[in-house]
Amino acid sequence: MNLLDHLPVLAVILPLLAAPLCVLVGRERIAWLISLTAAVASAVVAALLLRQVSNTGSLSYALGGWSPPWGIEYRVDLLGGYVLLLVTVIAALVLCYARRSIEREVIAARRVNFYAALLLVQAGLAGITVTGDAFNLFVFLEIASLASYALVSMGSDRRALSAAFNYLVMGTIGATFILIGIGFLYMMTGTLNMQDLAARLPAVADTRTVQAGFAFLTVGIGLKLALFPLHQWLPNAYAYAPSVVSVLLAATATKVAVYALIRFVFSLFGHDWAFATMKLDLVLLPLAIAGVLISSIIAVYQCDLKRLLAYSSVAQIGYMLMGIAIVSVTGLTATVLHLFNHALMKGALFMALGAVMYRIGSVQLKDMAGLGQRMPLTMAAFVISGLSLVGVPFTVGFVSKWYLVLAALEQGWWWLVAVILASSLIALIYIWRVVEVAYFQPPRPSTMPSTISSPIPLSRVEEAPLSLLLPTWVLVAANLYFGIDTSLSVGIAAAAARSLLGTELGAGL
Amino acid sequence: MTAPMLILAALLLPLLAALLIGLCHARPQLRDAICLASALLLPLLVLPLVEPVLAGDRPSLMLGQLLPGLDIRFEVEPLGLLFAAVAALLWPVNTLYSIGYLRANREAHQTRFYICFAVALSSTLWVAYAGNLLTLFIGYELLTLSTYPLVVHKGDRRSIRAGRVYLGVLLASSIGLLLPAILWTWHRAGTLDFVPGGILAGRIDGWLVGALLLLFVYGIGKAALLPIHRWLPAAMVAPTPVSALLHAVAVVKAGVFTIVKVLLYVFGAELLLHEASSHWLLYVAGFSILVASVIALRQDNLKLRLAYSTISQLGYVVLAAAILAPLSVAGAALHIAAHAFGKITLFFAAGAIYTAAHKTRVSQLNGIGRQMPWTMVAFSIAALSIIGVPPTAGFLSKWYILMGAFEAEQMLPVLVVVISTLLNAGYFIPIIYVAFFKQADKKADKQAGNPVEKPAVHPVDNPVDKQAVNPARTSIDEPDSHGEAPRLMLLAMVASASLTLLLFLFPALPLGLATAIMEPG
Repeated sequence: MNLLDHLPVLAVILPLLAAPLCVLVGRERIAWLISLTAAVASAVVAALLLRQVSNTGSLSYALGGWSPPWGIEYRVDLLGGYVLLLVTVIAALVLCYARRSIEREVIAARRVNFYAALLLVQAGLAGITVTGDAFNLFVFLEIASLASYALVSMGSDRRALSAAFNYLVMGTIGATFILIGIGFLYMMTGTLNMQDLAARLPAVADTRTVQAGFAFLTVGIGLKLALFPLHQWLPNAYAYAPSVVSVLLAATATKVAVYALIRFVFSLFGHDWAFATMKLDLVLLPLAIAGVLISSIIAVYQCDLKRLLAYSSVAQIGYMLMGIAIVSVTGLTATVLHLFNHALMKGALFMALGAVMYRIGSVQLKDMAGLGQRMPLTMAAFVISGLSLVGVPFTVGFVSKWYLVLAALEQGWWWLVAVILASSLIALIYIWRVVEVAYFQPPRPSTMPSTISSPIPLSRVEEAPLSLLLPTWVLVAANLYFGIDTSLSVGIAAAAARSLLGTELGAGL
Repeated sequence: MTAPMLILAALLLPLLAALLIGLCHARPQLRDAICLASALLLPLLVLPLVEPVLAGDRPSLMLGQLLPGLDIRFEVEPLGLLFAAVAALLWPVNTLYSIGYLRANREAHQTRFYICFAVALSSTLWVAYAGNLLTLFIGYELLTLSTYPLVVHKGDRRSIRAGRVYLGVLLASSIGLLLPAILWTWHRAGTLDFVPGGILAGRIDGWLVGALLLLFVYGIGKAALLPIHRWLPAAMVAPTPVSALLHAVAVVKAGVFTIVKVLLYVFGAELLLHEASSHWLLYVAGFSILVASVIALRQDNLKLRLAYSTISQLGYVVLAAAILAPLSVAGAALHIAAHAFGKITLFFAAGAIYTAAHKTRVSQLNGIGRQMPWTMVAFSIAALSIIGVPPTAGFLSKWYILMGAFEAEQMLPVLVVVISTLLNAGYFIPIIYVAFFKQADKKADKQAGNPVEKPAVHPVDNPVDKQAVNPARTSIDEPDSHGEAPRLMLLAMVASASLTLLLFLFPALPLGLATAIMEPG
């Protein structure tokens, strides 16, 4: 057996082993190097995996040689490989970015632990995408969640503690619901392997237990992915966490939760049962629409830009849920596409804000005045990814919107088209508020922000350092590249959507 | 160069110029020289296409695939080429004028101005050459974004507010209405290519045709059809060369051009004539023409009067296209060119008056023709062209529009054109009259020369330092003797005014292109 056969487990094991190594070494710089190496290595692994999966179809890997359904099976299909690549690449970029960024935002004594926790989040998220075992998925979800509670609490603002606590309480409720749901399924079928579950569920599908399990799972995952109105933990967690953590959580954590929802609904229960019998769309669609509209409007009134982006994230998650609730190949394509595209835009936006935080120690709107001249590259990155959020042609946002609107049109749902486009225009409003302040308001010297570190006079604010700019611009470039050459992202999303909706589960590719 | 190469070169040249302009930020002389050189080069890349296109050739260029089944593709057809040629001819003229204007008025951020201008030109050509709706939409949006920094050039509170209206209206209409219209078309027709005769025939019928047309016509906010016109007067805060760009070269022309394209190549004349639900467009266009003309009549601010005149003139293009007779469509195409040449001259003149005399209102213009004879002669020629008096280009286009209306036996457009011609004369002739035949009003002049003068009701150009602004002034003591505007600006004005006359005297090529639009094959 050569190393290539172990790729699925490598993507998880690398960061999982690197995390304790960081703590054992205990030196900040070396810990950073170790985590960066682990992250880059798992990104390479993910790329290889995706290539293999798109060439030969789904991969199955028996953990420890125990063959499924008795042992834990890792199963990578196109969708899983795609999300895994997204998670690992973002994590690698985030680690490039982290070293400079946390200099200003995390106290020195916690930095080694910070890297360890970051790696654990990555391991957990990667695990969710590769595992083929329902209980294993829960375990990985908890690894990622617990580590991210710790990361949020490391924010320099004292309010980070209450935000993390809030996140912990809500997240744990969600996790409990998921566990109860999986337990119910296990009760009825006696198996935890997803493929096995999918094969045995139809026989017991009309029992109260399975239906309750389905409900518990949906609500639990809904909490994790910040389904409106279960999103209350998210704005504070994103706003007070260190910038790096906001990038990581916004770009990957909620996306992986959406992945989990797709996995359970389409692969385990099957869309026929979930939508035709259980009427999941009747729940998802109204909540998605409410989330899209209400959160976008709330975002317009935010003065803290990280909180603004957090509300915008809740709205964007609404788009993904809309795609799911439309239940068509185009709709699911839009969801999978937006999952990828939104990670690119929000990652770039939060990174740009992190650079601003690094230089001026604040992300309040009023402190951004004049930054367009002081930090031209950072703000240009913000504007371009902001336009992507609005959905301007040649950015990824346009591609997502194109498919989502097309999916709504195919159903003849004009009101949904109106909702989608109205919320894009609201996005234009909140992005443009920032642009006007940053480019057209003269800097106000009197209001020097003084949250952390030594205050820098605004006149001396310079462009962010290269190690912050470079990862930001990699993501901005990806925003443009995948907005122009869509063959990869659309191709994979469409193929994944077809296979999820195609025949019943197990058809693979 | 082969035809596809010419297309690519014409799209890239302004972008290359923008890059070079940015690199020469520190050397204004070299930067301005690059601007002018690239602007002069552009017509050489556009005009060689006229001959093959007239011969029935449709050169095309495929850049790649954006979405499965949807290409970024360019195809040059007569209407697009006419539009591209107008833009390419007016870019050097406008550059000449911009250099003169920006220097005389000591505007800040000149490099940013030229960069955005060049990008806007590239987007315009992108729109003109677009081979399908998606490609056109991309150019359309890029044009909005690249002109935004030009509109808010001054960066003060008022221009930011105007910029908000500009961007808000244009993006809201294009994302909120045009994009769903395009998606709907794609969903119904399975293609977005521009095909003579349209792609929607047989795919959509009944009241849906009218509804889709509504989405398109109001989604194309750049055409400034009432009531989606607010952005155009708001954008008047921009420096005059920008107003000229918006009104003559690029933005509004891209709007009406897109409407004509959609009418002819997406819906197709046959479908529109057949479906009664689409006939509302004629009435809306006529309404827009007349109401905007009446509003123009009531404006004292010169640039605002010109802005409302533009809105009414755009209505002509839509009206002519909506008649759908071959002759009126040719008239619509000619009117894009005629109005471009005329309106750019009028704006140049308004800017020259502002630069030399700091006057922004019609009521201040008594006797100005004696101070600035060249400017006012150019102004008069252009005004006559907008009214439609021979020997100017405007006569030619109106003639074709009327002939088309008679051919189609549509009497409403004829009536609208006649009434609005009277209204046009009503708001232009008095300006010409007072400029040449009235004595200069001493008091008004003094007031205008006063550096602390409060801006008018709709103040337009707000100079940074009014005293330092006037290089042409010979004597500061005598407020009367401001003379002409700087020579570069005069040169540009003379050039664009002569284009107005030349288009009437030598109409063969543009007429050939215009009549080729509706010819089969």
